[in-house]
Amino acid sequence: MISIQDLSKLYGTTTVVDRVSMDIERHSITVVVGTSGSGKSTLLRMINRLVEPTGGRVLIDGNDTTHEPAHLLRRRIGYAIQGNGLFPHRTVAENIATVPRLLGWDQARQRARVDELLAVFQLDPAEFAGKFPHQLSGGQQQRVGVARALAAEPEVLLMDEPFGALDPIIRAKAQEDLLDIQRRFGTTIVLVTHDMDEAFRLGSRVAVMSRGRLLQYDRPAMLLTHPADPFVAQLTGLADRAMRLLSLTTAGEAAVPDSSSAPHSSSVAHSSAVPTVAASASLREALSELVWRGADSASVIDASGAPCGTLTVAAILAHGRRIDA
Amino acid sequence: MTAPTLPTSVARRLRIDPLGALVSAVGAVALLCLPFVVFKANRVLPGDPHALAQVLPSSATLGCVLVLALAALAALGVTNAWVRLAAALLGLVAVAAAVATAGNLLTPPGNKVVRVAPGSGFWLLALAIGLMATDAITRLRPRPIVRVAMLALFGAVAGLALTHGEFDHLSVMREYAVNEDRFAHEVRRHLALSLGSLGAAVILALPVGIICHQVPRLRAGVLGALNVVQTIPAIALYGILMAPLGALAAAVPLAARLGISGIGAAPAVLALFLYSLLPVVANTVAGLARVSPAAVDAARGMGMTRRQTLTGVELVLALPTILTGIRIVLVQNIGLTTVAALIGGGGLGVFVFQGIGQTAIDLVLLGAIPTVALAFSAAVLLDALVETLNRSPS
Repeated sequence: MISIQDLSKLYGTTTVVDRVSMDIERHSITVVVGTSGSGKSTLLRMINRLVEPTGGRVLIDGNDTTHEPAHLLRRRIGYAIQGNGLFPHRTVAENIATVPRLLGWDQARQRARVDELLAVFQLDPAEFAGKFPHQLSGGQQQRVGVARALAAEPEVLLMDEPFGALDPIIRAKAQEDLLDIQRRFGTTIVLVTHDMDEAFRLGSRVAVMSRGRLLQYDRPAMLLTHPADPFVAQLTGLADRAMRLLSLTTAGEAAVPDSSSAPHSSSVAHSSAVPTVAASASLREALSELVWRGADSASVIDASGAPCGTLTVAAILAHGRRIDA
Repeated sequence: MTAPTLPTSVARRLRIDPLGALVSAVGAVALLCLPFVVFKANRVLPGDPHALAQVLPSSATLGCVLVLALAALAALGVTNAWVRLAAALLGLVAVAAAVATAGNLLTPPGNKVVRVAPGSGFWLLALAIGLMATDAITRLRPRPIVRVAMLALFGAVAGLALTHGEFDHLSVMREYAVNEDRFAHEVRRHLALSLGSLGAAVILALPVGIICHQVPRLRAGVLGALNVVQTIPAIALYGILMAPLGALAAAVPLAARLGISGIGAAPAVLALFLYSLLPVVANTVAGLARVSPAAVDAARGMGMTRRQTLTGVELVLALPTILTGIRIVLVQNIGLTTVAALIGGGGLGVFVFQGIGQTAIDLVLLGAIPTVALAFSAAVLLDALVETLNRSPS
């Protein structure tokens, strides 16, 4: 667990980060979101001491981060940034092996880890290990950047706008991959972004910052239903907050199990007349599908294609309603 | 459908190469209107100009002109760079053979007083053909190693022709024969002065450049001061250094014993050293500034120490730019070292200033031509190195 306690950063008389306290759960993705100049990057960079705090402290698993040399601390914490920061003079394999090499891993272990990570990120080791960064596409560079950050099996991964330079389609794929990676390695991820959609998509908890202050730190749904500050409401988007709320729940979670005693016959009936929605789809996507088909209800199917319930427009709309209304 | 394409294809076929037109025109003027060689009864008398046809037998003249005409045709109308290069080299051989033959024919056997100097026509022709050759090489875009090999081959052929005595009757070679023992010594000294001052400058300028990069407040001041040094003319700087170095030698006997004095090598090396600082410092700063901030941030963020980041990332990525600065300094120093002869520093400038003193232009050329050749070779070698580093950055 990362515990940020009363953390401040001043440059001269300008306060960039103002007494921020927050606890980051282990094995979670925490997204820090804010406009530019909100201090979110500075907050992130104080966790691995790329920026030394003016006041307050950071504990990782109860240990004060200032109790060891900064460069040793950073080797235990993954770090991925916008524009990936790959070393142009080193091959993909050398880039990924940066921290293992600093830690003095032997060659065989380095190579095995590089191959493993390349495979995880869907890059064929035989093809990509020897390439230079400029020979890769933007999406591939970004994947190598994250692979490099994960090379030494860090428990914590800090990411500063890691997908900022990607086009929307590749970005969506990269976000999907990150969720997979997080599930696979169980890494504690702290990610900084200015993109609210990204925050809602990735974050199990979202911290909203403005002018150096932490305005609200909560689960995404709570930011929408109970904004602590008018700025939070504005940032989360007043116009489409209902749709945002819908995007936080999956069809599988909202589906009402079929009461029919003959699932086989009902599934046949569904396949011809009623649209189907994947259980992993968000309610926002399900609603969109229903509006598009002009249907009132959909059959929810799981990954194997078996029906697991029914979803009506009314049920979906109920999920998007202000909770305390 | 074919009608519109026909005129364009004809036009393309007839399109005249602009550089070829210039080179051919200059060559034609040089060949027809300017003296190919100048015959002098002795080394200081003004000479009689001779055109090519006046010196060579008509068959040889015809052959030479034919080769040059072919080269001009290639320059004007051929787009294949290999053909252009071959034509240029053939032209160069023809002109060199012509001037060597002219020297042999005009010099009475056994006579060591008369001088046959290449005339302005020869020099202009050589320049035009040289331009055509370098243009062809540029169009070929040879890899760095090929360029170095070309330079070595050219140097070997030229050296072989010179040592074999083909040009011994030409005035510059006459001066060489007289100064043979001093020539090798002055070349070595020239190289020692320019390379030694460069080496010392790099040792100081690299750390200064790195500090300037890390401490932006120093940058303007340091670069400004070095800029002022750069604006002082070479001769003035040698003069300025004479007084303090002389005083130092007088006051500190050790300094005098080490060979430091107001004139000679000490002020020469010091001046060249000062001139070398700005390009190396400036290019180190520029090279480090050019390094992607994301790469540096990532390096630090992953736990590289400052030193590891500097040597493993920043300097490696800045190296091509730094080497470009060193290339500038090397070429500049090889030229500036010539002036060091004025204050007793030695080097090829000795021949230049002696030649000026004696109004013996051939002696001036004995100093000037090798200086140009050295500077040109240094430029080719370092350019090749920079390009190699840029191409395979690991």
